[in-house]
Order: sequence, then structure tokens, then C-alpha cells
Amino acid sequence: MHVGLHHYLFVSFMLFSLGLLGVIMRRNLLVIYMSLELMLNAANLALVSFSRFNNKLDGQVLVFFIITVAAAEVAVGLALIVALYRKRQSAHVEDLTSMKL
Amino acid sequence: MEAINNLIAGGAVQDVLFYVFAALTLLCAVLVVANPFSRSPVTSAMFLVLTIISMSGLFLLLHAFFLAAVQILVYAGAVMVLFLFVIMLLDLKEEQRRRIKLFGLAAGLVSVGIVVSIFVKSLASLKPAAASPTLEGETYALGKLLFTQYTLPFEIVSVLLLVAMVGVILLSKKKFE
Repeated sequence: MHVGLHHYLFVSFMLFSLGLLGVIMRRNLLVIYMSLELMLNAANLALVSFSRFNNKLDGQVLVFFIITVAAAEVAVGLALIVALYRKRQSAHVEDLTSMKL
Repeated sequence: MEAINNLIAGGAVQDVLFYVFAALTLLCAVLVVANPFSRSPVTSAMFLVLTIISMSGLFLLLHAFFLAAVQILVYAGAVMVLFLFVIMLLDLKEEQRRRIKLFGLAAGLVSVGIVVSIFVKSLASLKPAAASPTLEGETYALGKLLFTQYTLPFEIVSVLLLVAMVGVILLSKKKFE
């Protein structure tokens, strides 16, 4: 069978599900952040394959913007994690429950 | 020799390459999320680099050449270096193997199941592409589109980068009250 849009979308969906699983299951803030990156990358792959199979370049422009925003997001998020670590000496979500009722 | 040329023209090589890159991407993604041998964040980061590199191979197969290059430069280069830098800075201990709470596991599996069922439904309702793809994601066409139709978003993104830079400096100052 010829590789088409379905195949690429399947890979993208699997990547997104894996990222979601990582966000829910892992306890380390940094690994949760990496799983978020995985989900963003899954969206990128879906956009690029839609763009290719619909013969429109707009999807790739959107991916370009997503990569830029992801880079900014990583910088701010990691700065937040470092500031949090300075205050609490921990990067585990289970130690950060002061807002719990 | 002729047989090889026929294979390339028929797209069989691209199909094989797709399966190789897709398998590599998914395998490395599994190892990022649930590595059976190590819970260290450094291992996860390294496998995330491999995931990103094999994904840029998928981008190449989709003829998105510029994005494949940007993917490696920005993600595998800048973002992952930042990740590793922070991991080394924080000196994190290996994540202890705590017993997974039953409620958390059930909630995770249920939410992933819901998402997967949505995906399966949307894949099943997808119409096959009408014509064979002819799009080339070359840098010239992408740049032209970026600086004509998408000029305003481009400028807004540059402001966003400036805001992020100021925010990071503010957050990482020593006395942050």
C-alpha cells in the first residue's frame, strides 16, 4: 500500500497520545515538559502532512510559527522551573501541592 | 541499476524510508515517556533529540526541506541544549520508582483512550486525497509567503520573542520577589 496522508496522521496521533500519557504519568517537571514538546511536534507533523497532501503552503508557515512559539515557551518555562527549584529545592510535582485544598 | 531507478521512480524507497523513520520516531518517543531501564531526565532528553531528528526525516519525505532544517537547528540544537543545561544546573536525582497510584493510572488510561477514540473516528472519516501531491516546501516559496501574506503574524512573533526574553531575564534574576 502506498504511503499517504493516513499513515502520517497515524504517526502524529500516536506521538500525541504518547505525549499525553507522559504528561499524566511522569512525576518529574522536566520530563513533563519534554512530553509537552512531543505533543507540539505531533501537531507539527500533522500540519506538514496536511499541507503536503492539500498542495497548500500555509500549513508549513503555521509550523514555522509554532516552532518559534515553542522555543519562546521553553525558555520561559525552564526559567520558571529554575525559579521554583530555588524556592522549593524540588522539581517533582508531588512536592508542589501548596495550592491543594 | 535500472531496477533501482525504477524503484526510486515508483516511490518504493520513500515508502520504506517512511516506515523506518516512523518506527524510529515512535520507538524513541516511547523511550522518552517510559524508559524501562532508566528514569533519569538526561536519558529522556537524549531520546527526545533522537525523536526530533527522525521526525525531521519525516519532514524531508513530505518535501518540507526548510522545516526539516529548522527542526534540527532549533529543536535538536537550541531547545535541547537549554533542556540539558537546566537538567545539569538543577542536579536532579533519579526519579524514584514510586508505586503508581491506581487512580492516576486509571485517569491517564481513560483520557488517552478518549483521545485515541477521537483520532480513530477522524481517521475513518478522512477522504482520500484527490490528486497526487505536487507541493514543494522550498525555502524560496515559504519565505515569499512569510513576507507577503503573513507579514503581520511574523512581526507579532518577533515581539513575542522579545517579551519572552525580557520575561526570562526577570524570572532568573537572583532576587525575584
